[in-house]
Amino acid sequence: MIAPFRMTRWAAVVSACCLPLPALADALTQETRQQAVNWPAILMFGAFVLCTLMITRWAAGKTRTTADFYTAGGGITGFQNGLAIAGDYMSAASFLGISAQIFADGYDGLIYSTGFLVGWPIILFLLAERLRNLGRYTFADVASFRFAQTPVRLFAALSTLAVVLFYLIAQMVGAGQLIKLLFGLPYSYAVVIVGVLMTLYVLFGGMIATTWVQIIKAVLLLGCATVMAFAVMASFGFSPDALFAKAVEVKTMLAGQAGADSASAAAKGRSIMGPGNFIKDPISAISFGMALMFGTAGLPHIMMRFFTVPDAKAARKSVLWATGWIGYFYLLTFIIGFGAIVMVATEPAFLDPLTGGLRGGSNMAALHLADAIGGNLFLGFVCAVAFATILAVVSGLTLAGASAVSHDLYASVLRKGQASSAEELRISRRTVLVLAAIAIVLGILFEKQNVAFMVSLAFALAASGNFPVLLLSVLWKGCTTRGVVWGGSLGLALALVLTVLSPTVWVTVLGNAEPVFPYSSPTLFSMPLAFFTIWIVSLLDRSGRAAVDRSGYPAQRIRSETGIGAAGASAH
Amino acid sequence: MDPAEPAGGALQRVAEDPRYHALVARRSRFSWTLTGVMLVVFFGYILAIAFRKDLLATPIGNHVTTWGIPVGLGVILVGIALTGIYVSRANREFDPLLQAIRKDAEQ
Repeated sequence: MIAPFRMTRWAAVVSACCLPLPALADALTQETRQQAVNWPAILMFGAFVLCTLMITRWAAGKTRTTADFYTAGGGITGFQNGLAIAGDYMSAASFLGISAQIFADGYDGLIYSTGFLVGWPIILFLLAERLRNLGRYTFADVASFRFAQTPVRLFAALSTLAVVLFYLIAQMVGAGQLIKLLFGLPYSYAVVIVGVLMTLYVLFGGMIATTWVQIIKAVLLLGCATVMAFAVMASFGFSPDALFAKAVEVKTMLAGQAGADSASAAAKGRSIMGPGNFIKDPISAISFGMALMFGTAGLPHIMMRFFTVPDAKAARKSVLWATGWIGYFYLLTFIIGFGAIVMVATEPAFLDPLTGGLRGGSNMAALHLADAIGGNLFLGFVCAVAFATILAVVSGLTLAGASAVSHDLYASVLRKGQASSAEELRISRRTVLVLAAIAIVLGILFEKQNVAFMVSLAFALAASGNFPVLLLSVLWKGCTTRGVVWGGSLGLALALVLTVLSPTVWVTVLGNAEPVFPYSSPTLFSMPLAFFTIWIVSLLDRSGRAAVDRSGYPAQRIRSETGIGAAGASAH
Repeated sequence: MDPAEPAGGALQRVAEDPRYHALVARRSRFSWTLTGVMLVVFFGYILAIAFRKDLLATPIGNHVTTWGIPVGLGVILVGIALTGIYVSRANREFDPLLQAIRKDAEQ
């Protein structure tokens, strides 16, 4: 299945130097051109859908209560949950985007990968077990544990919906572009297909179906990436240095063909082996690093996964598995990116004769590599897996959004905890329909928009709102209701405003000449603001509620540390 | 609102158990230390990229491979290794202690 290494017609190759740089999450958001209908890909995707719908049917039979719906009754094992978390995290943006980034700039792609990974140890050391011990369905359960329910849950639900919505739009637009590209279907078909399938999974199968879709997809994606990386390494006798040397040679040659003199062509070739222009100034670098690291610890659909396991020990185990799989996956994408430089950038069949870029857009690097390695059938398989990936990620997001509405807004705020399980479940399912409709409509509306900033914005919001609120409410005795609501809201607001004023939105999207806020990520400013506000407002809070909040800490602390009183797995 | 709310007695007994306080102190010292290591490693890497790109772009000996490659992959491996260290100590040392404390408190 490993095709002989093709290296033909150098002269026909147009420089990869003129490829546009894919920015973070741009992966999914570029303008793409519709391709010929790809039947093998559609058939294999059809098989995936059939299989997952059967699982959904099985899961529907087991989904009777809110606990089943939100958290699979807490009956997922640590290993399964670890794979599902990895599935949630290995989005099509990481697979196609990071390998495309490496294809274009080499080393810079690795910086993303490290940032995306290092949030996991932090989650494990500070939050995972405590989340499991304190919460049942949503992260708001934890954040509001000893506080006044209404204000804290309102904050948590709105922040969840904001994060979920931005993430969801980016995924839907990405799905549309990708399917247009991979399957040769029109953009709107793709968005509707994703919306409808996701609705079926979540509506009927709840967390059980979502988890299994996530697991299957994670296994398929890891399998595909392993085969590709293995094939690349095999053609270089398993010597990374030989792979890098060839990649530098290819980049140098391409730069030379683009008209660079031999010295600058050689410099261009070598540039892929070290950090390039991705990080321009130290402030943006640190700020972006903080968003990736702490944002991970505040993503609602990720935190929700900790409630699907029976106890804190399993929560801990799931992070270990997830971190291992995610780290392995990033190693593979690194090899795949370099493999694409060597095997794709020099192959005229993969290049667009009009633009000189990759056929179908710069995010196609990994897919063309699949073609080079295993031919059309393997390409079809990888395409189907990429689509499955988007489907699984949007299902998890929708479930997190629906639980924020039904569990936090409806059952806790509106009905003051008096709603029955059946009523809550009904509201949750209706919310799934509403969210799916919103996702489809926004996905179609945003077709031509540049939504690259939305995933970074989701991470920045999570790092500036949810993470400070969670950390201080769990670990600081003096924290009060007023403190978390003010601090969390200000952190969110500043992150949102600074993102709008930053180069990615103010200049790229809104077309202004100069950004008001010069850095690429707001987190260095918005996250400390949230921590500081929570601290100062709590400190000055002399209300009666503050006294109740503080006196609730000792009992909360014992439960968070020991799990005494925590909800276990429901019997099945 | 939580159906599994424990009797206040168990919480009270845990609060008075010196083993509980020792466990929590030891465990949080351990997790904050690991958190500190992870922060230093990751932000050290980011600062190296921000201020000394040339260091990471230096080839290792006569190879094409630069120092940036093992350093970048090293950050990922450190993350996985720290996670493993935490889980193994938690399983080996903290869990049995916690079991004993819970057993005495919940009887």
